[in-house]
Amino acid sequence: MKRIKTLATRDLKESMKKGGCGECQTSCQSACKTSCTVGNQSCEKVK
Amino acid sequence: MEVKVIHQYKNNGYNIVLDVNSGSVHVVDEVVYDVIPLVEELQNNGCEDEEIKGRILADLKDKYAAEDILDAYSQIVELKEAGMLYAPDIYENYIVDFKKRETVVKALCLHIAHDCNLACKYCFAGEGEYHGRRALMSLETGKKALDFLVKNSGNRVNLEVDFFGGEPLLNWQVVKELVIYGRSLEEPYHKKFRFTLTTNGVLLNDEIMEFANREMANIVLSIDGRKEINDLMRPYRGGQGSYDTIVPKFLTVAESRKQMNYYVRGTFTRNNPDFAKDVAHLADLGFKQISVEPVVAQPSDDYALRPEDLPALLEEYDHLAVELLNRRKEGKGVNFFHFMIDLEGGPCVAKRLSGCGSGTEYLAVTPWGDLYPCHQFVGQEEFLMGNVDEGIVRTDIRDNFKSCNVYAKEKCRSCFARFYCSGGCAANSYNFHGRIDDVYELGCELQRKRIECAIMIKAALADLEGEDKVK
Repeated sequence: MKRIKTLATRDLKESMKKGGCGECQTSCQSACKTSCTVGNQSCEKVK
Repeated sequence: MEVKVIHQYKNNGYNIVLDVNSGSVHVVDEVVYDVIPLVEELQNNGCEDEEIKGRILADLKDKYAAEDILDAYSQIVELKEAGMLYAPDIYENYIVDFKKRETVVKALCLHIAHDCNLACKYCFAGEGEYHGRRALMSLETGKKALDFLVKNSGNRVNLEVDFFGGEPLLNWQVVKELVIYGRSLEEPYHKKFRFTLTTNGVLLNDEIMEFANREMANIVLSIDGRKEINDLMRPYRGGQGSYDTIVPKFLTVAESRKQMNYYVRGTFTRNNPDFAKDVAHLADLGFKQISVEPVVAQPSDDYALRPEDLPALLEEYDHLAVELLNRRKEGKGVNFFHFMIDLEGGPCVAKRLSGCGSGTEYLAVTPWGDLYPCHQFVGQEEFLMGNVDEGIVRTDIRDNFKSCNVYAKEKCRSCFARFYCSGGCAANSYNFHGRIDDVYELGCELQRKRIECAIMIKAALADLEGEDKVK
């Protein structure tokens, strides 16, 4: 019996290898100016 | 401090397990849900496989059949071996090294006008003037700011400039000329500007919309929701509400941008703890891109959120999540900014853990060209970093912000949400604790709930759409 359903997610450990290019959007330049929200920002490389 | 590597919770009928350090999200049955924390604890105590099995069987024998417990355990072990459960935090040295990189500036918040035609009661800019004098940015100062950005951006290609205020449309001619100037810098310097505009909408007209639709990658339109809620906090200086003026204009903007690349953005306060109704109202008006976020205010402000408000606010997010799912099922889905989460294509771990970039990659520029760590620090003289003529003079301020990351914040180290909020807002921390490397606890509680809701929505959508994302 399958007890676990895993949603497709980005492998954070893998993202260490090619991450950190800095080209993605600064969080406060989107739709928040009073909180910090990075989890919903898109990576420029995997768009 | 014990650092848990699993965050699990129940929401809207889903048992959700977040493996914090790998970012994996699992939707599990009751047996697995109960076994996972036991295994974590036993592993932390140094127990081996056989001992773990014996202990979980003993602990759960009255609740589940032995074969179900062992089956759940074997599936848990499988995920662990795949690096998707109980993954360790291996990022601290990486992030510290990452932050040691040479600083570049890639984003500016241009305070194009320290003046406003509204008198919003919660405005951190103090009705536009940031507790200083009224002023408009000159074209010359704006050009120097863009030159400063290009010069200090190293090899970054994408540069971001937000036209902010006060109300930037009070200085629209300069905005337009700065966009034209910025575009003229793109080819010779191999840069790409992303211009954005944050406006209260009062002065929007066809000419502005046409220009903005051509040149602005995003437009943020300020409105709080229901008429009575909006007009209570967002009046004109004479006291009358702004709702009736702005709604038709905002609808035109939304449609003219094909319902993309804009946000109607609101603030909720103690006056509307039922803010899900405001999100619903904006959706009913016809907006598809919606952001409504909690006010940040001094405890002495009567509209400030208080710790005792928290249970109701958390519940309201749950209501909102269900409401948005229902709309989606009815084919009337809208995008709520603070429930957006990009599980598959989200940011790399460097972005997630290194902080928002304020004071380093991201700076605010006043109308007269002074540089501050971000828009929220403008007017606080101890954070004045330099100006567009001389560049960053107070490198000590920059270095303080540079060393700010989730590992520098004790309270973030043990929080599952650190991978989604990047350690929170430095300005909020400063406002509540007088230092930038602390956290704003009430904001954190709300942030954690938003992330939980966002992940639940993903789980529900995976069910709903029957997407083949289940491994």
